[in-house]
Amino acid sequence: MALRGDWVYENNGGTCVAIAGSDYCVIAADTRLSVGYSIYTRDYSKICKLADKCVLATSGFQGDMKALQKNLAARHLIYQHQHNKQMGCPVMAQHLSNTLYYKRFFPYYTFNILGGLDSDGKGCVFTYDAVGSYERVGYSAQGTGAGLIIPVLDNQLKSPSPLLLPAKDAVTPLSEVEAVDLLKDVFASATERDIYTGDKVEIVVINASGIRQELMELRKD
Amino acid sequence: MFRNQYDTDVTTWSPAGRLFQVEYAMEAVKQGAAAVGLRSASHVVLATVNKAASDLSSYQKKVFKIDDHIGVAIAGLTADGRVLSRYLRNECINHAFVYESPLPVSRLVVRLADKAQRISGLTLMILQEQVCTQRSWKRPYGVGLLVAGLDETGAHLYYNCPSGNYFEYQAFAIGSRSQAAKTFLERRFESFNNYSRDELIKDAIFAIKETLQGEKLTSAICTLAVVGKDEAFHLIDQKIIQELIDSMEIKEDAPADQAPVTDEDGSTGAAPMDI
Repeated sequence: MALRGDWVYENNGGTCVAIAGSDYCVIAADTRLSVGYSIYTRDYSKICKLADKCVLATSGFQGDMKALQKNLAARHLIYQHQHNKQMGCPVMAQHLSNTLYYKRFFPYYTFNILGGLDSDGKGCVFTYDAVGSYERVGYSAQGTGAGLIIPVLDNQLKSPSPLLLPAKDAVTPLSEVEAVDLLKDVFASATERDIYTGDKVEIVVINASGIRQELMELRKD
Repeated sequence: MFRNQYDTDVTTWSPAGRLFQVEYAMEAVKQGAAAVGLRSASHVVLATVNKAASDLSSYQKKVFKIDDHIGVAIAGLTADGRVLSRYLRNECINHAFVYESPLPVSRLVVRLADKAQRISGLTLMILQEQVCTQRSWKRPYGVGLLVAGLDETGAHLYYNCPSGNYFEYQAFAIGSRSQAAKTFLERRFESFNNYSRDELIKDAIFAIKETLQGEKLTSAICTLAVVGKDEAFHLIDQKIIQELIDSMEIKEDAPADQAPVTDEDGSTGAAPMDI
């Protein structure tokens, strides 16, 4: 049901969360694709591996998500041809910001979180708005369930204010297992009250040994 | 062949029906360092000689990965080769973006050789060889490309000339002293289709050795790349090349049934070049 005759966007719902650790990064997104009060599918991945140590999770309009992912993947290939190496996470972060701002006046309806390891092997999470404004943070949530999740993460992860001096590490001291457990908890909580979040959560962990993925069931209602 | 009346312009025919500028461009390929390509049913191997401009400099890159399933080796003006590689890479990326599948090799070489102009001649970057032989303000590309790739129809090796022609080969060699390698390959090509990956690589090294004609074959002087059914296009590590060379030399010292014909037969440096 289009809001106007020329309304070209659609919100497919869903939630993405990411947490940066001292030597890992976990990114999670639910797998429900909805429109209005209906579910299109319960099995849709919002996470895309862009590079060896760099993963993108996107909520919002999945048509734009697909287009954005293909765009980034193609540009990454060109980068690899020219530089003979993969894009690092901070490089990809800037590149994603540029790509989003490029369409400032017809935006990608996407709310992105980029997660991975930086050149020192430390976890990094970058969070974006629809037109490319971004910031490196210790953790982030985007999507329909973000409002339910962010307060909990604030409470648990105590990300220091960027105004505090001397600058403290934004990454959490939690271990990888603890961070994954925290993610599972927040998703289970968000699923309770957000109608667009549920079915399954796909959790991706990036660390020095590579990328691993796990799925957890969520409430289906 | 040199200093003809009709060779000033690429758009001027000679009375004998030849475009001399195009033929001169093909001469440029013959001046470049040698490159060979060999194909089996499931793999294609490219090998090049690393010629450095001087003892102080390093050698130029002559083998380029175009996509996971395609790579090229060039001979001639390496600058032109780099420009064409960039074009080929873009073509593959664009095709994969639209069709979510790898660009078939035959389509790629056709585009390289003769593509319809999308925009008029005012565009600065029109990268098509045949058009370069039809515009008076452009010169033909001075580089020959051995395009090695795999697609649904199997393994392929093509040779793209500056003239805009392209041919498919079981095995081929281009560049200086390539005739020696060609002679070597002509003797053995009939069995290439059934070769294993490693036999193909060994023969590629032998072919390169033929072009060196006495110069010592080491891994530093040779670049090797392979693409196969379950193997993305990649350059082979220098250490592995050296191991292969060493194992080949041991075989040569001792009489073996797999030993190739010795250098005296293989080298025919002064043979007339064929177009």
